[in-house]
Amino acid sequence: MARWLLARVMNTHAGAFGLVTVVVLLIVAIAAPLVALHDPNAIAPIDRLQPPSLAHIFGTDHLGRDLYSRVVYGTRVAIGVSIVVMSISLSVGVLLGIGAAYAPRALDQLVLSIFDIINAFPSIILALALVAVLGAGLGNLILLVSVVFIPQFGRVARAQTLSIRNSLFFEAEKVLGTQPWRILLHHVLPNIIGPIFVLASMNIPVVITIEAGLSFLGVGVRPPLASWGNLLHDGYTYLDQSPWPAITSGLALMLATLGFTLLGEALRDAIDPKLRRER
Amino acid sequence: MKLTAAAVAVVGAVLLLLSLTLLIPGDPATMLLGPRATPETVAALKAEMGLDLPLPTRLAQFLGRAATGDLGVDIFSGRPVSTMVLQALPNTILLAVSAILLAILFGLPLGTIAALKPDSIADQAIAFLSVGFVSAPSFVNSIFLLLVFALWLNWFPVLGAGTAGDPLDQLWHVVLPAVALAVGWIGYIARLLRSSLLEVLNEPYVRTMRAYGVPESVIVLKYALKPACIPTLAILGIGVGELLGGAVFAEVIFNRPGLGSLIYGAIAVRNYPVVQGGVLVVVLLFVATNFLVDLSYLWIDPRARARLALAGERSA
Repeated sequence: MARWLLARVMNTHAGAFGLVTVVVLLIVAIAAPLVALHDPNAIAPIDRLQPPSLAHIFGTDHLGRDLYSRVVYGTRVAIGVSIVVMSISLSVGVLLGIGAAYAPRALDQLVLSIFDIINAFPSIILALALVAVLGAGLGNLILLVSVVFIPQFGRVARAQTLSIRNSLFFEAEKVLGTQPWRILLHHVLPNIIGPIFVLASMNIPVVITIEAGLSFLGVGVRPPLASWGNLLHDGYTYLDQSPWPAITSGLALMLATLGFTLLGEALRDAIDPKLRRER
Repeated sequence: MKLTAAAVAVVGAVLLLLSLTLLIPGDPATMLLGPRATPETVAALKAEMGLDLPLPTRLAQFLGRAATGDLGVDIFSGRPVSTMVLQALPNTILLAVSAILLAILFGLPLGTIAALKPDSIADQAIAFLSVGFVSAPSFVNSIFLLLVFALWLNWFPVLGAGTAGDPLDQLWHVVLPAVALAVGWIGYIARLLRSSLLEVLNEPYVRTMRAYGVPESVIVLKYALKPACIPTLAILGIGVGELLGGAVFAEVIFNRPGLGSLIYGAIAVRNYPVVQGGVLVVVLLFVATNFLVDLSYLWIDPRARARLALAGERSA
């Protein structure tokens, strides 16, 4: 299965580019202390806002910190946050979705209404309002961005569960006297896992963007922790003195979202060609 | 049906916004008066702001006042929030509408060209461009555009929304932020239109027209493009939400007055009435546009009209 998937993804230029980019980013995130050339938080005011050189290949920021090392450590934040957020929204969403599909009609409607309410906010505005109330910081950021994505997983899980409940093999299993939890484990979960997995991989670049965006606005990851959003904010502040902080962190962010988008689309086309048109 | 769902969503959103103010560590009255305030003055201000009332009462009051256009007052300046929102709104609407127009202006031709010559070099170039456009975050676009076209080339103004009462100057100021917001949508529209146009061009009625010798340009422009635009229209409705979210960044980066920068500025100083009022208006705008998009199906798609008429006859 894994080998088949890999072959399908590598089959197109876009998929191959996406996969290679994502693998490189994962390696950089895990091995950040080895990949970085300097301490990302070492301040050297005398070297502030330097253009790229042999000593600092991406240049330095307004405090003389090495930009390359900060971008490398920022990869950790971006990928770490998006994986944790997706795991939380996925588990909670799938549980709520399956639960709603099995629940009595009133409860089902209630869950759907809550999803509607969350969806009534443009995602970045909701995240902004929530973070503003509960305060900035890594923990709150992860928690609140997760809330924003729960309805998507919930809806897909609910729809898939309902369609399986209406299928003939489900009836047959029931007639044979199979335990409900067995049906859930052996039929419902394997059937919803594909679309859910695709949805998660398609949403990772969106989460990376939201994390960077909220950090850019100063309500996400707190400085001095190096997040691409923080770097971009510093770069924006000193844009008239040196373009390098903004250029390097902006390009890192663009590369990551592009890589994850291409990989997500390749996975979607490989796993579920029916989803091709629904974007 | 659609209308009740929209109303439920708006009321729920308001409830969520109001309950959020209950969760705040340190309530607005204490925030406003500072650490030296006596408990009595805090209590007095709380009573004046209505913060001592139970949540259902506050919700009813807020909804009642909001229905008459009263969104409360700015806790620092004492100005009515509705005035502030109304002043900011035109700037944001100008930005959003310009971005959508730009997206359609560039997205439609790109998608059409790609669909007419599938798998050609042009198609592959457009596909590459589109996915790059779609995945680029709008705030990175904003900063790069600001850097290149305002700071380096000096073609466009750096900051602000232009002089009030001077439409040309205002238009000049909206170009860069609108392009930054539109880039992603150009990509979306191009990709979506390509796939739906390809599908329509494979329909039997198109084959019949070709067999009758109707020129390809007439087939595409007159008969295929309109039905192919329908899925794109659906995406535009959802897109307005993302556009309003992206407007926060564009307005902050280009220092434009608008709903986004109003909310952002209020969040920084915990000015909750302004945050509440601003977010409420954003939600209303978002829900209303989606509703309008749903309605516009009826206008653009005769099949949807027929389905609705059929459903009406059945229920009657």
